Amino acid sequence: MIASGRLVPIGRAEDVPRLEARTVTVAGRRIAVYHTPAGYRATDADCPHRGGPLADGLMGDGCVTCPLHGWRFDLGTGEAVGQDARVAVHAVVERDGWLYLAPPG
Amino acid sequence: MSVVVVGGGIAAQAVAERLVERAPGRPVTMLSAEARAPYDRVRLSSLLAEGGDPEALRLRPDAWYADRGVDLRLATPVAAIDPAGRRVETSAGELIPYEALVLCTGSRAAVPPIPGIERPGSFVFRTPEDCDGIAAAAAGARRACVLGGGLLGLEAAKGLLDRGVAVTVVHLVGHLMERQLDPAAGAVLARRMRDLGVEVLTGRATERVLGEGRVEALLLDGGEELPCDLLVTCVGVRPNVDLARAAGLPCERGILVDDAMTTADPAVRAVGECAEHRGVVPGLVAPILAQADVAAASIAGDAAAYKGTAAAAALKVMGVDLVSAGDPSAAGGVAVHDPEAGVYRRLALREGRAAGAILVGDTRGAEALLALVARGAEVSDPLAALAEAARATACDLPDAAQVCSCHGVSKGDILGAIRERGLRAASEVRACTRAGTGCGGCMPLVRELLEAETGEAGAEPAYACPCRGLTREAVVDLVRGRDLRSASDVAAACGAGRDCGACKPAIAYLVSMVTANRHEEERHARFINDRVHANIQRDGTFSVVPRIRGGVTSPEELRRIADVAERHRVPMVKITGGQRIDLLGVRKDQLPAIWAELGMPSGFAYSKAVRTVKTCVGTDFCRFGIGDAVGLGIELERRLEGLHTPHKVKLAVSGCPRNCAEASVKDIGVIAVEGGWEVVVGGAAGSTVRAADPLARVATAAEAIRVAETFLQYYRENAEYLERSYAFVERVGIEEVRRAVLDEGSGEPERLRERLALARAAVADPWREVVERGGGPAFTDLGDDPEPALVGPPPGGELA
Repeated sequence: MIASGRLVPIGRAEDVPRLEARTVTVAGRRIAVYHTPAGYRATDADCPHRGGPLADGLMGDGCVTCPLHGWRFDLGTGEAVGQDARVAVHAVVERDGWLYLAPPG
Repeated sequence: MSVVVVGGGIAAQAVAERLVERAPGRPVTMLSAEARAPYDRVRLSSLLAEGGDPEALRLRPDAWYADRGVDLRLATPVAAIDPAGRRVETSAGELIPYEALVLCTGSRAAVPPIPGIERPGSFVFRTPEDCDGIAAAAAGARRACVLGGGLLGLEAAKGLLDRGVAVTVVHLVGHLMERQLDPAAGAVLARRMRDLGVEVLTGRATERVLGEGRVEALLLDGGEELPCDLLVTCVGVRPNVDLARAAGLPCERGILVDDAMTTADPAVRAVGECAEHRGVVPGLVAPILAQADVAAASIAGDAAAYKGTAAAAALKVMGVDLVSAGDPSAAGGVAVHDPEAGVYRRLALREGRAAGAILVGDTRGAEALLALVARGAEVSDPLAALAEAARATACDLPDAAQVCSCHGVSKGDILGAIRERGLRAASEVRACTRAGTGCGGCMPLVRELLEAETGEAGAEPAYACPCRGLTREAVVDLVRGRDLRSASDVAAACGAGRDCGACKPAIAYLVSMVTANRHEEERHARFINDRVHANIQRDGTFSVVPRIRGGVTSPEELRRIADVAERHRVPMVKITGGQRIDLLGVRKDQLPAIWAELGMPSGFAYSKAVRTVKTCVGTDFCRFGIGDAVGLGIELERRLEGLHTPHKVKLAVSGCPRNCAEASVKDIGVIAVEGGWEVVVGGAAGSTVRAADPLARVATAAEAIRVAETFLQYYRENAEYLERSYAFVERVGIEEVRRAVLDEGSGEPERLRERLALARAAVADPWREVVERGGGPAFTDLGDDPEPALVGPPPGGELA
């Protein structure tokens, strides 16, 4: 989790509909941005298992399931469910219809 | 009879629900002062802890009100009631007549008269707006104080803690949650909270809120100053009775009601936190739901009486399970106390009879103890009673024991429903008795009872949503009964899909099946393949399989496919097992252009849907052919293509018993025989190999198509999601399949075909839709749009 830093605008909030996710590249790093009922979340875009595109996964209210082999990650902590693995989570905020990411360090 | 409900909270919603259940079509008007549709206030603390959209707390989607003729009018405060004229006046001056009026005006947060409590930085915790204010203030706060150590105060403290703010709870009484707990139990809870990092001060009065402008500190009795820059006051609520009092209805703390929830005016009832029944104003959900039941019954003219709800609460506070029943202040009795483990179990006695129970940290046997308390049972050996309760199984409970305390469902109610209605699944028990539809905490017990009663130990049904224990039948009933149109509607109605999300494709399928494709398509509820209408590959690229009916193509079509493959540098072009052409290794963003250039319909190779009809050349060219396999196959594909199914469906048509199209190992196979066609179903040649069962032998191609179509719809309606036809046919039995699909005298096959025709009429080609839309965000990365996000927005700030 990146606690602070300058915010980088990454796109329009309306382009990430509720319960969907999109991929974005920030400073060369692929990031998946999710719209959960509790707000926007972001993780690294690639599943740590075999690089599946997490933004293409199915979302529950607080988690995403990789479309390739079904690994599931908590979007708050990045921890995998039932696996000793985690995906990096990033801070994302919405202001006035735009999404901003704290740039990956 | 027209009913007007004043209020927009849990009580008002419960009254409206019970009214439309009892008499669908009766006009019900809800007048809510809030601008927000009724939401689950009980879960407000989760909003504070986790943040997010208050919409997620909504009790019902808009469609629920529209479909049931409930006129929900938001931001419509009522200014006055005219009991003599039987009408209410809104603050906008509109007069609304009623035949029955139900006041569900609820309560507001109490604010104690402490000097300085109105300073900025001081909040109550009652609405999503309060939550927003607290969350915003918490972002910059160093230390927060929560005034009040009752249930709500502790939830507020937990929410602030989760937001990373240091919290102190200041409670006037000597121990926490004194309405539910005794001092020892309160101490167990306080210890647990301190372990989590929450300061707890009990038996301390707050004299003054200090600060120059904003809140800066609390001045406690004894002169101690407690610095804080955020104050949340949770010291109780005041019933909203002004409206009733102004109308001349007798009120004490709440609006006085009798056992039928009726006020002094026979046309006016009151339910919930604004109502006072036998001296008690309810504060938990269970009694409010019971009151709503009674109020709706009495409006319908049915005899019903609310006799009060046994004071029993099962709660989770700061991660600790708590159960409190009866009168915890009764002095006698025994307690088991393990401070190290954070466990406290007490059975309180009065004159040798069970009077109250408190369980903290270990709530085993709560139902058994609650049952003892509820009937005031004589207890000679209370320590043994506590120990026995911890070991009690569902079978040991008396019939009167309450299993679901949210809806007041007893063990006897559940057993009765299982026996009388022959229930076999926990979801059926939920649907019939409402047990487990509140907090869901009683579901393990419900399953235990079901197993004990039906003798089917561990025979869990296949769940459409395992997280919520919902079977396909339960979801279908819900969709049908409430006329739901989307997976989100289902999620709002029963929670399916909210936990892990994995069942959403199943739910989306069931909604589309029940509504014959008149559903609201939601991308988020579909597997990625169905969101982008292509099959995801191991490297995250996709494959494109256009529709080539019956496997019959043309030089012109082949040339077009070849050109597209070259132009887009498609890494691999392959002939599939289903007689199609597959373009592999296509990037997501290339898909819309490729479809546009192909100009062919989607082959649905990515979907749980009718995939392909494979054919042999039949009578057109083959010297052995006895039936026109190509003609029948193309016609069959044309009629079934694009229909979604519980799992993929592969078909084949062979023009003679040599069966070159391998129809006998397809989900549906049609094979030409002397004098007609044989239709076979349930075949497979994948990880499972199974010869299809013969379903029917018919004389004409039209009849063969009719049988195949009827079977397909039967499978669509009755198979579990992801159940292939071979498993389905084996589970149901081919005899049963024949009866359902072939017994034209029953009328059912005809009805199956009618529903199939309805569904088919609403099938569209997803590729063409995307091409006509010009692509869409599902196919690109964020920030890849024509207007780059990086230059658009205002300059970014700093993250707090």
